[in-house]
Amino acid sequence: MRNRRFLSTMLLFVCSVLLSARVLAQGLTVQIVNGVPSAIPIAVVPFGQSAGPPPGTDIADVVSMDLNRCGKFRALGKSEIVETPTSGTDIKFPTWQQLKQDYIVVGRTSDAGNGALRADFELWDVNKQQRLLGLSITGQGSDLRRVAHKIADQIYQKIIGVRGAFDTRIAYVTAVGTGNNSQYSLIIADSDGYNPQTVVRSREPLLSPAWSPDGSKLAYVSFEHGDSAIYMQDITTGARRLLSNQRGINGAPKFSPDGRRLAVSLSYQGNPEIYVMDLGSGSLSRITTNLAIDTEPEWTPDDANLIFTSDRSGKPQLYEVAAGGGAAQRLTFQGQYNADASISYDGNQLAMVQGNGNVYRIAIMDKSLGGQIRFVSPGSLDESPSFAPNASMLLYASTEGPRGVLYAASADGRVRQRLVLSDGDVTNPAWGPYRQN
Amino acid sequence: MNATARITLAAVLCLGLAACAKKQTVQPPPPESAPPPVPEATTAGAYTPADLDTDACLRQRVVYFDFDKSDIRSEFQQIIACHAKYLRDRPMARMTLEGNTDERGTREYNLGLGERRGNAVASALEADGAQASQINVVSYGEERPTCREHNEDCWSKNRRVEIVYTAK
Repeated sequence: MRNRRFLSTMLLFVCSVLLSARVLAQGLTVQIVNGVPSAIPIAVVPFGQSAGPPPGTDIADVVSMDLNRCGKFRALGKSEIVETPTSGTDIKFPTWQQLKQDYIVVGRTSDAGNGALRADFELWDVNKQQRLLGLSITGQGSDLRRVAHKIADQIYQKIIGVRGAFDTRIAYVTAVGTGNNSQYSLIIADSDGYNPQTVVRSREPLLSPAWSPDGSKLAYVSFEHGDSAIYMQDITTGARRLLSNQRGINGAPKFSPDGRRLAVSLSYQGNPEIYVMDLGSGSLSRITTNLAIDTEPEWTPDDANLIFTSDRSGKPQLYEVAAGGGAAQRLTFQGQYNADASISYDGNQLAMVQGNGNVYRIAIMDKSLGGQIRFVSPGSLDESPSFAPNASMLLYASTEGPRGVLYAASADGRVRQRLVLSDGDVTNPAWGPYRQN
Repeated sequence: MNATARITLAAVLCLGLAACAKKQTVQPPPPESAPPPVPEATTAGAYTPADLDTDACLRQRVVYFDFDKSDIRSEFQQIIACHAKYLRDRPMARMTLEGNTDERGTREYNLGLGERRGNAVASALEADGAQASQINVVSYGEERPTCREHNEDCWSKNRRVEIVYTAK
């Protein structure tokens, strides 16, 4: 066991040395630490180009990276792509059959005027020599990564049968410096860590970002005035609204799936309890009444219930209660410490932090499998699980030496991709909803 | 108080505590059921603000906790007693109790645990005669560690309540 951990640590180290130089994002680097032999082989051929200067983004490269990191595909390496067809009629299928590829993607870009580019692409089944998709996606030349993510989403949906979640965003907190030089930033970025944008900066801790279901706003906890307060901020305009600065803890905001309410944990009545705030009227309903710590509420997808962390039985465990209040049912019985739930869109999978001794790992309890638990992270200080909107992957926070790092893991735990900020700690990840435009 | 002043103060206090802690090791621990010991440096009447800088007991402003616990360990009863006396002697004095945890466990749960520790110190001060209106509790959970290594030695330093006077 110890040996295996040592080996995997070494492998991780070697991989990071080999890859970190090659794949450099603005702020975050992207690394795949485990391969999956059963992944579907797919060739994404470099896109052709009709006229004009070459686009700044290699679309095929971004699509390949997306497909690789979700764990379900294995994209053919660029050096092995010997022919470069740009439309279905140019594909010589025996070549790709010999390379043992199940699928091939070909495409080309053309000028769409006003700084926009149009990408036409086709997805073919190599063995059946059958076209599965033929689409065009137009986007600004400055935002071709997004065009590529949309293409990856279409491919994912066609082959896997579930909507892709590559064209989504993530939020996280970074901390650089120590002591009075600390600088905390709440950042949003593309799901692969590119295009980071700062939403808010503070010299005091920021935590627990939560996305509104339409992706336009973030709620978060800020200590900027000394004690905790909950704010809601529009991502585009920067307009900000103070939602709660009661005495004591103002924490753990989560938007309801219908976007009209915010579940929070407040301690102004003595100890942390779950409340639901109506965002229209600002009125508060108290959901729990207990001397324990009740926090980290998460909505079930139907808006009806809240799953939360409580230490009412001694150590923290997960409980479920109706969103209008009532008796709470305990959900977790395996493991000493179960906290901070993230639920999948279909309500079947419940991710949590499970602690045993000094080891804290991300575990998923599968309701459709009778509450069976599987671990998707190795520990030892993993936290803040957050499902992608299609539940194919989840984000979580981990540590490497003194620094906090983020991982994106496939929901089966077989592929983990590390997102590392080059400077400082990265914590508090939250995967955003599907983008609406 | 701004962050600079607070952190500088915390650093100075930690040094002070380290110095005091050595002295304490030669004293036998007080028996479980004994009444709170009378602070040594308070022989002559009421405390004054100057005592905050000079009194050996008042200069100690950090209370440490066991893992996942908010009970006040017996060795910290003396610190609680002298700060309670200071609050009794000076009704206009105000303090903030900053509750902190180690990094293990989830961030929001740790906010709750830090508050529970702050409340435990507040209750002990009030049991010794301090007024609730003199005490404000803030929890930083695991967000303000004094030590960043992943081991028990470091964790034990982070599980703490810091006493910060906001009015002397």
